Amino acid sequence: MKITDYTMENELMYSGHNACPGCGGALAVRYLTRALGPNLALAITASCWSIIAGAPPLTALKCPILHCPFPSAGAVGSGLRRGLNAKGHYDTTVVVLAGDGGTFDIGLQALSGAAQRNEDYIFICYDNEAYMNTGMQTSSATPFGARTTTRPYPLFKHGQKKDIMRIMAAHGIPYAATASLAFPQDMENKLKKAQEMKGFRFMHVLSPCPPGWGTDSSDTIHLSRLAVFTNFFPLYEIINGEQWRMTYHPEKTRTPLKEYLEAQRRFRQVDEVTIEALQEEVDQDWEGLLKRVSTSNAEK
Amino acid sequence: MAYELISGCQAAALAAQRAGVDLVAAYPITPQTAIVETLASFEAQGELKGEFVSVESEYSALSYCNGAVAAGARVFTATSSHGLAYMHEMTQWCSGARFPIVMVNVNRTVGAPWVLDPDQGDSLSQRDTGWMQIYCANAQEVFDITLQAFLLSEELLLPTMVVFDGFYISHTYEPVDVPEMEQAREFIGPPQFQAQVVPGIQANLHGLSTGEAQLQLVRKRHEDMLRAPEIFADINNRFEKVFGRGYMPVEAVIPEGAKTAFLAAGSTAETVRWFLPELESCGLIQLRMFRPFPKDELGRIVEEHGLDRLIIVDRNCSTGTGGYFAQETRAALYGLNERPVVQDLLLAGGIDLTEDILAGAAQKSPGDGFVDLQWGVELR
Ligand SMILES: Cc1ncc(C[n+]2csc(CCOP(=O)(O)OP(=O)(O)O)c2C)c(N)n1
Ligand code: SF4
Ligand SMILES: [Mg+2]
Repeated sequence: MKITDYTMENELMYSGHNACPGCGGALAVRYLTRALGPNLALAITASCWSIIAGAPPLTALKCPILHCPFPSAGAVGSGLRRGLNAKGHYDTTVVVLAGDGGTFDIGLQALSGAAQRNEDYIFICYDNEAYMNTGMQTSSATPFGARTTTRPYPLFKHGQKKDIMRIMAAHGIPYAATASLAFPQDMENKLKKAQEMKGFRFMHVLSPCPPGWGTDSSDTIHLSRLAVFTNFFPLYEIINGEQWRMTYHPEKTRTPLKEYLEAQRRFRQVDEVTIEALQEEVDQDWEGLLKRVSTSNAEK
Repeated sequence: MAYELISGCQAAALAAQRAGVDLVAAYPITPQTAIVETLASFEAQGELKGEFVSVESEYSALSYCNGAVAAGARVFTATSSHGLAYMHEMTQWCSGARFPIVMVNVNRTVGAPWVLDPDQGDSLSQRDTGWMQIYCANAQEVFDITLQAFLLSEELLLPTMVVFDGFYISHTYEPVDVPEMEQAREFIGPPQFQAQVVPGIQANLHGLSTGEAQLQLVRKRHEDMLRAPEIFADINNRFEKVFGRGYMPVEAVIPEGAKTAFLAAGSTAETVRWFLPELESCGLIQLRMFRPFPKDELGRIVEEHGLDRLIIVDRNCSTGTGGYFAQETRAALYGLNERPVVQDLLLAGGIDLTEDILAGAAQKSPGDGFVDLQWGVELR
């Protein structure tokens, strides 16, 4: 697809929303509503998107949005799906939108419950790697080395980012995928594929946050791309929790992690030794991922 | 008439079934568990119109109802004690969102320590969450009022909590007149409220608002809820025509000349009623509706009978103040010209309400060393 093939016709997101310039989370929703719309109903949990959506009766989206409390998204989405079914709206795609806090942390119980019951909707996590709505506090999605307002300079986050994809895969759900804002076609393909399926579908979108990450608002796509090129955020999908498949191999574009870290002020206190350790981690994770991919290929 | 020998829990489950709910999402907790199990067995036997979902927590049970009711479905859940406490964020959200959800709460003490006895503090501590609360005194009331609650909620677009005591009601088997499915369905009809989430219609539901706008919403919710006693009475008039029985938000049995009355909600009202013949010149005020508090109706009863003393049976205690029902009664009657003395009889935790306790409380009067708070345990 060429850039000129894009028209504004299918856009379900209005301009004039409340996101900061360069907000990855806003872009993620623009892409996903476009791919899944127009017959959509969105449940949005407490997050930056509670604000981005605008103050009613204004709205940022051309579809119904049901805001819900922070820990509740997984269950509200389930209820919404079955409530719409009860009213005969089987064709409406139900999407739950949550930040990393609403997914990895406080929302994990309801998410796990819904995934285990194989509830019939799509759960999207836009991951900006901290609690941004409340001003950049550490979440369990914050990567090692990042500074936040609860790990302020000279401190930084210790401990690994929770591997949410493996957690979701362990639930054996029909579909789980990662997506990058720098690869909109890949994201759209995955969303369309997910939409065709039944049961619980999960997507994890890395969503750069200029004020939180200490980056320029014009760098959001660049950073999204670097995250993929450095293997920090690989692009793949998992079918039924067991078939792992890469959707992009950064063979020629492989970039050292250092470049990604140095582009963000939240990592500026990280020294060379730590960078090396982090690079090692990323390499190990990548190997693990390749192994899971090749094992599931062999099983096929 | 089809009398069945059933427990309070079964009565609640039957009412949800007869109401033709689209969705039940629930989580088990003693002494509510039998409600969940009964509804699950209805589904297993193909006797539930809607879906039954076992969720992973009470928080999710109410969140689930939230999502479904937003789409216009009729929903039901039930809980007790720690389960209700765990829902606290969602209880408020649901009333703010004007969701007509019906939930049964079976009273049980909230720990620590672990206690199963039916202290009412679990539901009473939710009094400010914007839910209507109706207390039932026996299994027949549980069935009837749970069924009616759907109409009340859908009329006012507010959630209703139907409350009854653990064990005394939840686990006691009583003969209950359970209307046939068709008759009950005909009375209640399909859901009578508009869906909030309608596919294809742009809406930003419950998103960021302002204090100024919230003021209007709070006021509207308050004023709407104040209509509940009237609507409840209206539903019961219709109910009585079909089923031959009906209820008022607050009811009194005052013997000729009695100037003292016990005020009780839940199974204790039934207990007081039983002992009335033994209690010399004492009456009973049975409080069913607690939210909204039926202030005017209660005032009218007090004035009409010239009551000069109320003894409030409180199986609960708001630490640092005393019983919830006594607090609320005092506040409600403050504006009367002739205010009765309000004595609080505390059964917090959960001891049996015996004749000795009632007689002992009735003996203490303003004249002979009046105390405004007595612990039931000292009167046994
Ligand atoms: C129970 C509860 N605790 C705390 C909050 C405050 N709160 C609102 S949004 C938020 C952080 C959200 O983080 P995340 O899910 O990552 O989304 P983001 O804001 O980063 O988009 C917090 C802590 C809340 N709304 N509810
Ligand atoms: S703080 Fe970050 S995530 Fe939130 S709106 Fe701004 S850019 Fe987006
Ligand atoms: Mg976040």
